[in-house]
Amino acid sequence: MAVVETRDLTKVFKGEGLGAVNNVNLETREGEFLVFLGPSGSGKTTLLRMIAGLEAPTSGDILIGGRVVNDLSPRERRIAMVFQSYALYPHLSVYKNIAFPLKAQKVKKELHKEKVEWAAALLGIGALLERKPRELSGGERQRVALARAIVREPAVFLLDEPLSNLDAKLRASAREELERFHRRVGTTTIYVTHDQVEAMAMGDRVLVLNKGVVHQLGTPAEVYDNPADTFVATFLGSPPMNLAGVAELIVGFRPEHLRPTASVTGEALSFRLRVENIEYLGAEWIVSGTVVGGRLGGKKVFSRLTSAQGLALEGTYDFAVPQRELKFFDHSTEKRVAPRAVSLQ
Amino acid sequence: MLAPAVLYILLLVAGPFLLAIFYAFSDARIGNTRLHFVGLENFRSILQSPSFRIAVRNSFIFTIGSQIVVIVASSILAIALEKPFRGRGVLRFLMLLPWVAPIALGAIGWKWLLDSIYSVISWVLVALHVYKPFGAPMWLGEPHLAITSVLLVHSWRLIPFSTVILLAGRTAIPKDIPEAAAVDGAGFWRTEFLILLPMMMPIISVAVLFGIIFTFTDMTVVYILTAGGPFDSTQVLPSLAFTLGIQGSDLAAGAAISLFLVPLLVIIAYLMLRVAHRAEVT
Repeated sequence: MAVVETRDLTKVFKGEGLGAVNNVNLETREGEFLVFLGPSGSGKTTLLRMIAGLEAPTSGDILIGGRVVNDLSPRERRIAMVFQSYALYPHLSVYKNIAFPLKAQKVKKELHKEKVEWAAALLGIGALLERKPRELSGGERQRVALARAIVREPAVFLLDEPLSNLDAKLRASAREELERFHRRVGTTTIYVTHDQVEAMAMGDRVLVLNKGVVHQLGTPAEVYDNPADTFVATFLGSPPMNLAGVAELIVGFRPEHLRPTASVTGEALSFRLRVENIEYLGAEWIVSGTVVGGRLGGKKVFSRLTSAQGLALEGTYDFAVPQRELKFFDHSTEKRVAPRAVSLQ
Repeated sequence: MLAPAVLYILLLVAGPFLLAIFYAFSDARIGNTRLHFVGLENFRSILQSPSFRIAVRNSFIFTIGSQIVVIVASSILAIALEKPFRGRGVLRFLMLLPWVAPIALGAIGWKWLLDSIYSVISWVLVALHVYKPFGAPMWLGEPHLAITSVLLVHSWRLIPFSTVILLAGRTAIPKDIPEAAAVDGAGFWRTEFLILLPMMMPIISVAVLFGIIFTFTDMTVVYILTAGGPFDSTQVLPSLAFTLGIQGSDLAAGAAISLFLVPLLVIIAYLMLRVAHRAEVT
């Protein structure tokens, strides 16, 4: 039985023609870490808020533990949520913040101390219990919010961009901590983010959304290597997948698969590239250029290389993509289609 | 550019204040050109006057009672008017009317509503068979009813002001907070009393402190509805000062009574500045 399931879930906000969320069907797997990934305005937060019970669906059903919960208030859904702002209660100490869900759910008072201390220890904030939220750093606040969520052992965790308020350095360590936390408690988790790195790194599966529509649901490897359509192909990856229209098709290939012909073996698609920009990023180089001649002539493409030795600005070189790394999309639907032979000459 | 502010304070605040202190230690009367220093004589005679003691007691009943009514009523109104619904704009406008209309007009309206003969309220109660014809109470004619009526009319006037302040305070609380409380399992009452009320405390204290000043120093409602009567039973300090000092020509006594307001107002002003400062810091 799926912990969270949605059936044709739709949300249309008043005065807006297109729905914020349209016919979303999904099922979480027991204990998995599911990521909702999409640009801002893609409906991922609305979807999460509907699951939490903070937003009423326009149509469709939400099931938690096999039970339709559409008409249940958030408190009856056995969920816990961590907000983007953490939404800690500013006038309460860390202890009282964590104890609040217990108090609200009328857990016996004798049990509070034990449970709060358990949650605090789990997140390493045992020393902060007497502090007020304003005396905490961003990372500490996030941990308090997580402790407050875990304390009553919910069936599902809903996390709404919990790392976006942290600075870049802290974000990486907080991400790792969150992963370890999830492995330890094993609670089914839904995580909303617009950051593809977070999605790839943390997700067991990733749900890619845009304009309220699900584009793909799959493991990080599936959505990256086998994108279902051009949106997924270009949203994931930095720089994104190179796309080029060829007759009735769109041909795509990742920048890391576009390399100087000399280093490409086997069957490959090759063309001449005029190098226009070279960026050194430490571990890798990003080379961008324009295709010279052939059917892709004038198309701007990116290449990700471990070394840009031998390449010079404004030089023209032979580049190639292994045939098996080419992805094909239908020109009109932009959906993925079976591979076929194309000629770029 | 400080000059206008200094001039304003000297002419309109410091001048009258010093004049009041000067009068309070003299035997100033209207029409009398010669003043004599009489020491604490005015204060001694005031403290012995029963009317003054009633006025002090009433001032406190009036102030504390109306603030309780105002805060409870405006909290309910603020909750009701916070979320959008059809006609909210119209309701918000209507709610503001008692505050924006001149208080004299409102008070005269209430004087008629509470009139001993023409009272609409009595008429309705008689029609509902709560009272026999001509058996309805004299709203402004019996001491306890009179002070209650004055208190409620004054509250009616302050509620919009307080509601606007509380509404602003509620809107300033991030929506995430009540949502987090809902997810954490708190219902309406728990969210209101354990989360939102404590967070609103600074803004509520601002509303209360303003309300105290507006009430403690105000005599309009008392003066129009009852003129302090019956038998001084609704007299408050400002109205007593006005009755004795201006209408009774005893400027010295009026000034001395007014000065009794000062220590309390100083304390309130201090508290207000502290609250304002704290609100700035956090």
